[in-house]
Amino acid sequence: MKYVWLIVFFPFLGFLINGFFGRHFKREVVATIAACAIGLAFVCGIYTLFDLLKLPPHSRVVEVVYFDWIKAGKLSIPAGFLIDPLTMVMVLVVSGVSFLIHIYAGEYMEEDPGYVRFFVYLNLFVSMMLTLVMANNFLLMFVGWEGVGLCSYLLIGFWFEKDSASNAGKKAFIVNRVGDFGFLVGMFIIFSAFHTLNFREVFEKAPEMFTVGSTTITLATLCLFLGATGKSAQIPLYVWLPDAMEGPTPVSALIHAATMVTAGVYMMARCSVLYALAPFSLGVAGTIGALTAVFAASMALVQVDMKRVLAYSTISQIGYMVLGCGVGAFAAGIFHLMTHAFFKALLFLGAGSVSHALAGELDIRKMGGLYKKLPITHITFLSATLAISGIIPFAGFFSKDEILFETFIGHHYILYLLGIVGALMTAFYMFRLYFIAFHGESRVDPEVEKHIHEPSWRMALPLCVLGILSLIGGWIQLPFFHNLKILGGFLEPVFHHAHEIGGMEHGTEVGMWLEGALMALSLVVALMGICIAYNFYIKNPELPKRLAEKFVGLYTLLFNKYYIDELYQKIVVRPLYNLSLGLSYVVDQHIIDAAVNGTGKGMVYGSSLLRRVNTGYVQFYGLIMFIGAVVVLLVNIF
Amino acid sequence: MHELNFPILSLITFFPLVGIILIAFTEREDEYLQKWIAFWTTLINFIISLPLFFYFKDTAKFQFVEKINWIPSFGISYHVGIDGISLLLVLLTTFLCPICIAACWSDIKDKVKEFLICFLFLEVSMIGVFCALDMFLFYIFWELMLIPMFLLILVWGAPARRRYAAIKFFLYTMAGSMMMLVGILVLYFYNAKVTGEYTFDLLKLMKLDLPFHLQYWLFLAFGIAFAIKVPMFPFHTWLPDAHTEAPTVGSVILAGVLLKMGTYGFVRFNLTLFPNASVYFMQLMAILAIIGIIYGAFMCLVQKDLKRLIAYSSVSHLGFVMLGVFALNMQGLSGGLIQMINHGLSTGALFLLVGMIYERRHTRLIAEFGGLAKPLPMFATLFMIVTLSSIGLPGLNGFIGEFLIMVGAFRAKWWFGVLAATGVILAAWYMLWMYQRVMFGKVTKKENLNIKDLVPREISLLVPLIVFIVWIGVHPNTFLSKMEPSIKQIVLKYEKINKKQVDMAGINILKIIKGERS
Repeated sequence: MKYVWLIVFFPFLGFLINGFFGRHFKREVVATIAACAIGLAFVCGIYTLFDLLKLPPHSRVVEVVYFDWIKAGKLSIPAGFLIDPLTMVMVLVVSGVSFLIHIYAGEYMEEDPGYVRFFVYLNLFVSMMLTLVMANNFLLMFVGWEGVGLCSYLLIGFWFEKDSASNAGKKAFIVNRVGDFGFLVGMFIIFSAFHTLNFREVFEKAPEMFTVGSTTITLATLCLFLGATGKSAQIPLYVWLPDAMEGPTPVSALIHAATMVTAGVYMMARCSVLYALAPFSLGVAGTIGALTAVFAASMALVQVDMKRVLAYSTISQIGYMVLGCGVGAFAAGIFHLMTHAFFKALLFLGAGSVSHALAGELDIRKMGGLYKKLPITHITFLSATLAISGIIPFAGFFSKDEILFETFIGHHYILYLLGIVGALMTAFYMFRLYFIAFHGESRVDPEVEKHIHEPSWRMALPLCVLGILSLIGGWIQLPFFHNLKILGGFLEPVFHHAHEIGGMEHGTEVGMWLEGALMALSLVVALMGICIAYNFYIKNPELPKRLAEKFVGLYTLLFNKYYIDELYQKIVVRPLYNLSLGLSYVVDQHIIDAAVNGTGKGMVYGSSLLRRVNTGYVQFYGLIMFIGAVVVLLVNIF
Repeated sequence: MHELNFPILSLITFFPLVGIILIAFTEREDEYLQKWIAFWTTLINFIISLPLFFYFKDTAKFQFVEKINWIPSFGISYHVGIDGISLLLVLLTTFLCPICIAACWSDIKDKVKEFLICFLFLEVSMIGVFCALDMFLFYIFWELMLIPMFLLILVWGAPARRRYAAIKFFLYTMAGSMMMLVGILVLYFYNAKVTGEYTFDLLKLMKLDLPFHLQYWLFLAFGIAFAIKVPMFPFHTWLPDAHTEAPTVGSVILAGVLLKMGTYGFVRFNLTLFPNASVYFMQLMAILAIIGIIYGAFMCLVQKDLKRLIAYSSVSHLGFVMLGVFALNMQGLSGGLIQMINHGLSTGALFLLVGMIYERRHTRLIAEFGGLAKPLPMFATLFMIVTLSSIGLPGLNGFIGEFLIMVGAFRAKWWFGVLAATGVILAAWYMLWMYQRVMFGKVTKKENLNIKDLVPREISLLVPLIVFIVWIGVHPNTFLSKMEPSIKQIVLKYEKINKKQVDMAGINILKIIKGERS
């Protein structure tokens, strides 16, 4: 499988071609090159998948090493790729969804003067993301990890003339760097313990060298988890993601919903063996995940910007994935990652289609009744909304339910409860969004309303494909029937060791009735959320306003996102900046530099004193000689 | 591969003199010709220096050695040679010099002849410092280097404060050098006392087994000279002044090569001559280095002048280098050495870029800019790549150095590595914020509306730097493999040293000092 480098190479080639020569091409050519690059990567991915399937399930791990990247003493890092079922799932999801979004963006960005730059960044992003998921060692993964962060920075700040956009980009990069600090320290610990950063070697040695609950592994996994909270926007580092919506909508769909932000979940799944050895870290991860799921969902309840609602919902959904990993159900986490990529990309693309039709409007208060004018957008958006709310048989139902199910049978009842509350909120805020935007009276500016139109096939096709995937994407992992869990079976060899270590072989001894009951419960909860939303926004449109007035404190708190941004600004950013000002003025200028200049001045002053001794009068010198002689004599005598 | 049988190091060192002579015979007004002569001299010198890399054998031995008796009665010889530690620094010097000459094309307008002579003279002394294997010869080159640099700042600097900056630079460095001179003489006489041979030959002096108390004082004597040159916290305040007032070319060469003299000196002399003292001072040096990393980054946050900001970022980056060196293990030292090269490339490129907008706008104040990405797309792209290299983005050179350093530091003491890693966050903060304020947003000043993007000459200056920025990031082994044997030799020495004994010896010295006072 030497050829797998092509998967990363094609997008990179697209990046190079458009980067160097894109200015001279026509727009269609640029878009075609970019999309083809991703398409080829996807085809290579499929080919690799079939190659991998030829192998028996438990030997489906292929490591391809290309060259010695860094070598310094014991530290030797050969760069290469690791192909196993987990990688394959990620490669196909990333390249597949990217391909659709590239097609979509070809039309969406048509009017933009930065057209070439956009596709250059986007191709670079895909190649970095694929590096991240295919890397065979922590350091190469980190290259992808920071590489996608860079592209995210560049694309959030794509409209760099807008201050809000360039601020958001910078914020994203710096907050991510805080997470990367954790990732780095995690790598140091792992290298000190194992003298290697290669995934296979680390995961093979780990169970032999360390027992469950060892401090080293716990620290390492906690540090890595800090990295995950940065990239995957979990508490406490989620603050960058809502602002990231300043970027173009296809970017939000691809990077800030479907692929990059799930990198943290992928990383945890990749390190499942290490996490299994550190139950404490798993507990932390599960708790953070569940808390984030509810916390972010609560903020989504009252937002009025379509993309912001979706951003908070992304944070919340990733919370579920992290929860899944945290309770040891890595496969369920990856499953939700996959279905989420479909429906969340679709939701963003739908939002993009709406704003495309409404001349850039994203405020849901200025929409309404759109279902008549935008039938394709409406029906696909509905499909995704049903999926994310967890309505059978849409994709999100199966994946979210599996996470909740695993949480419950792992005896994490509080986390389960949080998950259920989150699910209720999810159904509510998604249908709130749907009802306000697509139903009811039209509140669209009449001038804009004249121009509302459905997009052409280039934007509609990705919507339809993702709409179908949002419906059927969950069917590869059906509950009850063990032999129908295709995805789980495919991924099983990857998580086998983790399950063995943690003794987390769930699902076998649990009765069917329990599984059924839990499923019914989540379904009921989701339907409840939808009913409330229906009541609030279709039947009694006055109700939300009255509630907001009644609970004005809570409403303001939610609307202002718990003032977390302001808090960080007050307790971290400002103090550090003021500290720098103080250090610069007091220490640098008035202590260190003053001491340096003071030494110089002291010398000058001292010499000016000494200079007076050189009077030039012979009598004076004679006097001094005489005094000296007397002193010498006196000293000698006594 | 067979060996080179001619004195290549002397050729490289003194070749710029040919240029000086040729320029000396030109008409004063013929500035164009003078610049071309200087450019070709430095470029040819770079080409001549390339065989060093290809003929270099991956061993720890000194290579391309030349030794001629110079003043035999004092045991002074002309002894030059390079090993894995100095090889890349010599090449960095010869590589940066033609770029600098090309950069001064439009920057330097008066006294061109003198300027070029000064610069070529500087190249001679810089290469000499890296090649010298005789302490006396080393000291001569070390001091020679000071004069042209002093003149560069004094004569061609920004008029406002150049006298202050030049004199500060000169005296500060000189003060350190004096300490080193005393150190060299002590070493010389001690060697004579023990072996009966008067010699300045570094290779012979390296064989000495110095008693701990002597190592202690000599480490300090040499260390202060080098720490000022690096510059390490708290000896850094001359650097922002020197950088801000120097012309673009001066800043590039100061950051690119001159600052490496200090770190090189630590590796070449302190680490090899005084191993026990190095172990004893390791913690102190590492802590100063870490303070430098974090403190330098904080200083960057509040700078208003682009050049001052980059100067303080150098303090931070060289803190990384020093931390790597004093991790005293393979990863740390390799990282430190490669980071010296990286810093020369990225910071050199940053100063070039700042020089380019300075030429257009005649200001370096961040507040005067804003929104430049719109009128200057090419500049924006190159500036972004260099900025990213400076903040250590994986895939570019800075990351390789910083990562190795941090791994090494973490292995030496875990909290070294953790503290150093916070510098990575701060670096992203100050650099991206600077970039944002200069390049992003709307163009607010109308002077910025019509500035022209880079011309091909300027692009071709930056492209070679960027090629190496990427090369080191993607395939650092090309360079790491050259230095590995030499570093291994140093590290092996340290594996034998008993940390506890050294600490005890150090405590005894402190007791003696206190005893004498009381």
